[in-house]
Amino acid sequence: MSDENSHDAPDQAPDSSSTAVAETVSDVETVNDLDDEPEFDEGAGTKAQIKKEQRRILFRSPGFIIGVVVLLFWLLASLVPELLTQWGPKEFVTDGEGNPLVRSKPSGDAWFGTDKVGRDVYARVIYGTRPVLITAPVAALLAVVAGTLLGLTIGYYRGWVDEIISRIIEGILSIPSILMAIIVIFTFGSTRPVIIGTVAVLFTPTVTRTIRAATLAESQLDYVTAAKMRGERGLFVITREIFPNVVGVVVVELTVRLGYAVFTIATLAFLGLVGSNLTDADWGVDVSENYELIVRDIWWPTMFPALAIASLVIAVNLLADSIQKATSS
Amino acid sequence: MAKFILKRLGLSLVTLLILLVIITLIPNIAPGDPARKIAGGTASPERLASVTESLGLDDSVLTQLGNLIRDVFTLDFGEAFTKPGESVIGLVGDALWNSTQLVGFALIVVLPISIGGGILAAYKKDSWVDRTIVNGGLALSSVPEFVSGVVLLAFLAVPIGFFKVSADAPEGASVLTQVNHMILPVLSVLTVYFGYIARITRAGTIGALESDYTRTAFMKGLSTPKVFRKHVLRNALQPTVAVIGTQLGYLFGGMVGLEFVFNYPGLGRLVLDSVRGADYPVLRGGVVTVALIYMAATLGSDLLIAWMNPRSRANVGADA
Repeated sequence: MSDENSHDAPDQAPDSSSTAVAETVSDVETVNDLDDEPEFDEGAGTKAQIKKEQRRILFRSPGFIIGVVVLLFWLLASLVPELLTQWGPKEFVTDGEGNPLVRSKPSGDAWFGTDKVGRDVYARVIYGTRPVLITAPVAALLAVVAGTLLGLTIGYYRGWVDEIISRIIEGILSIPSILMAIIVIFTFGSTRPVIIGTVAVLFTPTVTRTIRAATLAESQLDYVTAAKMRGERGLFVITREIFPNVVGVVVVELTVRLGYAVFTIATLAFLGLVGSNLTDADWGVDVSENYELIVRDIWWPTMFPALAIASLVIAVNLLADSIQKATSS
Repeated sequence: MAKFILKRLGLSLVTLLILLVIITLIPNIAPGDPARKIAGGTASPERLASVTESLGLDDSVLTQLGNLIRDVFTLDFGEAFTKPGESVIGLVGDALWNSTQLVGFALIVVLPISIGGGILAAYKKDSWVDRTIVNGGLALSSVPEFVSGVVLLAFLAVPIGFFKVSADAPEGASVLTQVNHMILPVLSVLTVYFGYIARITRAGTIGALESDYTRTAFMKGLSTPKVFRKHVLRNALQPTVAVIGTQLGYLFGGMVGLEFVFNYPGLGRLVLDSVRGADYPVLRGGVVTVALIYMAATLGSDLLIAWMNPRSRANVGADA
């Protein structure tokens, strides 16, 4: 059913989902304020302390700091690339006397060298940030929203719906997601909405599985039983009781999926499946366009976009890892 | 145990069936005429008709599904579009054999190093060795394999002639030469899996090391190697076995980027080429093969775990 999203309303999907997240997040806060304090005065105090402590651990972990710095740099590059480079991504570089530089080694004129037609590799790396930083976060966010909703529902209600959805999840996961993405993009066409939708749909099963497991564990705790015995409706129990307690898992899942989304989308671009214009700067496309030059020892047009991909994925994973450690401490 | 195997097998079949339903549905829910998309915008009417026919898009979805199920159980996916006269199963078979060689070599290298690294990290928990293995592994495994492949090419294959640019050894090369050609791709696989497997092994080993039975074993005076062999590993490695089981499918079919960089004719490459050549029968055959491998591998690892830990036999299907 989520397949329909990917081609029916690709443009609206990102907007609606991000507002949905904003709403649920503000819900959580109000829940914490209104619900917990009158009922368990002490509990609320320690809870806030735990949160504070977790934040302190997080902000002090080197992984988190490195991750944030690298991520901020790429964010800056995607927002205002012209601030960071004097050359445009499609401009041909010339040296001091106006001679064109083609396949020239990294130098003062071109920090990362120039590619096979004489464009500045550094400028292309900077401008190439944007396609990844648009598609990957949207795809990850969609997957996490859909997976959280599904996981909470089937994890709480169980029954035959859970049984069926769990089987479907198994079915989708029985094929490497990159392979599944290739088939779907092949049949649906390689436009940006299709790529975002495909990655989102392919990541939803994993998110669903994680959230389902967390929900299952929470459902067996006393506070859920108590809520049920008070006669609360299922919807209330899920959104007001269980969800605030699995928010940590959701946040971790969001960062982890973001890393995988960058990974997958870069790979798809490298394999020539993102369908963007080949002259547009894009890390994955630039690697595949130039990698055959490596055997002639012209490594720079391939290496720098490749390292850019690596740095972004590693940064996101460092973030995910440090958040996970902080929330579980 | 027999009951467990039967139940587990049934579960695999259900999963396979669902996957086949998904594969059948994809071209049917795609907007526009998928046959035109697959054949390309400039395809002739005849080609379009043959594409439509081979996709079976004129039939009802149920008939299409029936045909696909029949194809899977008879292992006959028809003829390739792009190579007339060649059966899909023949092409898939060749690619599968190539992938098996690469995966086999990779496992021989990756498993001992990663499992050893994980056990070492657990044993030296919280030391710099542990931190290096865990954090270095995390950083390496988050890099896409085509990126590490490109880096290896530029810094090893080009300056040092010993390492080969292409993983595909020339026809009739000796086993040693073939192995030589596969060194770099295997290193690339190592970067992807080392951190992952080492981490899981570490967590399992720490759990086992902190357990009562291990303490008892140490207290009754057994030597460290003996405690590891008899008490720790059997329990510590269960999650590792499960992970390897689920990752085998990925190793066979998910290394598309790697096979592309090193020009290796494995299953991932076959699927990618079939997409580029719009060869739908080959695409379908390749994908189903990868799924079958995944199912066999997860089945195998579940059985192995059941053998290692009898308690796990009770909850088949409980953790979807």
